[in-house]
Amino acid sequence: MSWLSKVRNSLGGLTKRDTPDNLWTKCPGCGEMLFTREFEDNLSVCPRCQFHGRIGAQARFDQLLDAGYAVLPAARVPENPLNFRDSKKYSDRLKIARAANPFPDALTNALGTVEGRKVVLGVQDFAFMGGSMGMAVGEAFVEAVERAIAEDCGYVICTAAGGARMQEGILSLMQMPKATVAIRRLARAGLPYIVVLTDPTTGGVTASYAMLGDVQIAEPGALIGFAGQRVIQDTIREKLPDGFQRAEYLHAHGMVDMVVHRKDLKGTLASLLEYLERKEVA
Amino acid sequence: MISFLEFEKPIAALEARIAELRTTASDSDLDIAGEISRLEKKSAGMLAATYAKLTPWQKTQVARHPQRPHFVDYLRMGFTDFIPLGGDRLYGEDAAIIGGFARLNGRRVMVMGHEKGHDTATRIKHNFGMAKPEGYRKAIRLMEMAGKFGLPVVTLVDTAGAFPGVEAEERGQAEAIARSIEACLAVPVPIVSAIVGEGGSGGAVALAAADRVLMLEHSIYSVISPEGASSILWRTPDKAPDAAEAMKVTAQDLLSLNVIERVVPEPAGGAHRDAPAAAQALFGAIEQELDALSALPAGDLLARREERFLAIGRA
Ligand SMILES: [Zn+2]
Repeated sequence: MSWLSKVRNSLGGLTKRDTPDNLWTKCPGCGEMLFTREFEDNLSVCPRCQFHGRIGAQARFDQLLDAGYAVLPAARVPENPLNFRDSKKYSDRLKIARAANPFPDALTNALGTVEGRKVVLGVQDFAFMGGSMGMAVGEAFVEAVERAIAEDCGYVICTAAGGARMQEGILSLMQMPKATVAIRRLARAGLPYIVVLTDPTTGGVTASYAMLGDVQIAEPGALIGFAGQRVIQDTIREKLPDGFQRAEYLHAHGMVDMVVHRKDLKGTLASLLEYLERKEVA
Repeated sequence: MISFLEFEKPIAALEARIAELRTTASDSDLDIAGEISRLEKKSAGMLAATYAKLTPWQKTQVARHPQRPHFVDYLRMGFTDFIPLGGDRLYGEDAAIIGGFARLNGRRVMVMGHEKGHDTATRIKHNFGMAKPEGYRKAIRLMEMAGKFGLPVVTLVDTAGAFPGVEAEERGQAEAIARSIEACLAVPVPIVSAIVGEGGSGGAVALAAADRVLMLEHSIYSVISPEGASSILWRTPDKAPDAAEAMKVTAQDLLSLNVIERVVPEPAGGAHRDAPAAAQALFGAIEQELDALSALPAGDLLARREERFLAIGRA
């Protein structure tokens, strides 16, 4: 990606679809060349094979929340706490990711309504360093839950992550219990926590807040698991089963309540939130 | 017979020389006896000096040393009246995590931890300390029981990570780990965890979301193995030593990051050179932590445990 197109993309979807290099999108599912505008107007789902494309926070908010939602302020955490560098400095990687993305880290939250029902909605964006969970994600999660408790509403999160952010070392691992503390507080307040597992959700994210929802929804075809497929293949040295770690496989094995097409997601969330609304004691 | 690590080669050479002198020396040969004692002193000095400044990658080797004391060793040396408890009541029994009732210097506790095994047969039996969902679900069951009967929980962590396999995924490895973390946070009794060897990622924190987390001096605790980080971030398996350094995996690093409360000193040359001394230091430290925690009311205990984790990463 050129420097210019990175900046253009960082401006969001407005200019993107008007540039010639973004006019067409190749469906990763069936290989069909799709008119980008039509693909996006179809919720980034391929009209031919129903492949669910990865989408960012802005698109997700627009799809799921009623008009008039407010994006919550980004969490403030210490930057590059380990002063980490591999082939690049972590602080440089962050700068690059921020230049290419509309939000400053991988988890962004908004307060709004879903068909009139108040909710805090979090969206993890795979485009930001693979959606990886570091201190900013953990803190954003906690702040979202605190806001939900203050607003007396539930928290819905659309997860997407390769796992923990290795550049933050042990501090990223500690976000697993940290987010879990928040989930327990939400539960104590009697408020619902709904997880929408989107492609891909793996590693430490799956092994903590992505699997602790009162209701677990998965998007069709989403890769969901703990261990990476290559690691598993190296361990067992045989072919993985068909559809292994896909949403439908998890549903068949009892790990999620339902697999929901993106066009039905908003309606499903609205119905669930209605069932999970706290009733006054009669 | 201690097996030497790569960086211990000069010490190994010295020890070999001492052994050689011993076989050739007759009892009356005072010159040789003097030489042996001189070399022994030198060897001990080299060992102490080497272990005083181990690199993170060298510590990784020590933490994984095949002769390092494991859960069963600590169980034998530190606890009495152990009654093992088996199974998750859902699927099976996973010997990668052992747990049960035991007494620690007379105090009734629920003890559990990863066991790696010490030879081919036991390594296979314990799946090299890599637990499957049923292992974590057994841990959850035991933690809940400990809460019910007021038994403090002691966990010893020593795993490369949770088992990466088809059947583990199929049975919900991620969910089992997530619930195990939740169970640690929820148990209404003191819970003290000690990383005694390798604290490998989610499979480790599943048993270590505790009130107090201790680490043996040469153990490591990490979000991913140095080898894994090397191949992902550096795109080569050869940068594991750099990855170990950069990720800050040592007990000393984690203490300075406020992720653990305490580093427990190991005997000269590591726990594998004097397991009873390592066990004594470890259990002395665990007892002190349990004493301090048992003075707190249950409500305070849980609130402090929550704050402990909420504070990590707050500006
Ligand atoms: Zn398609």
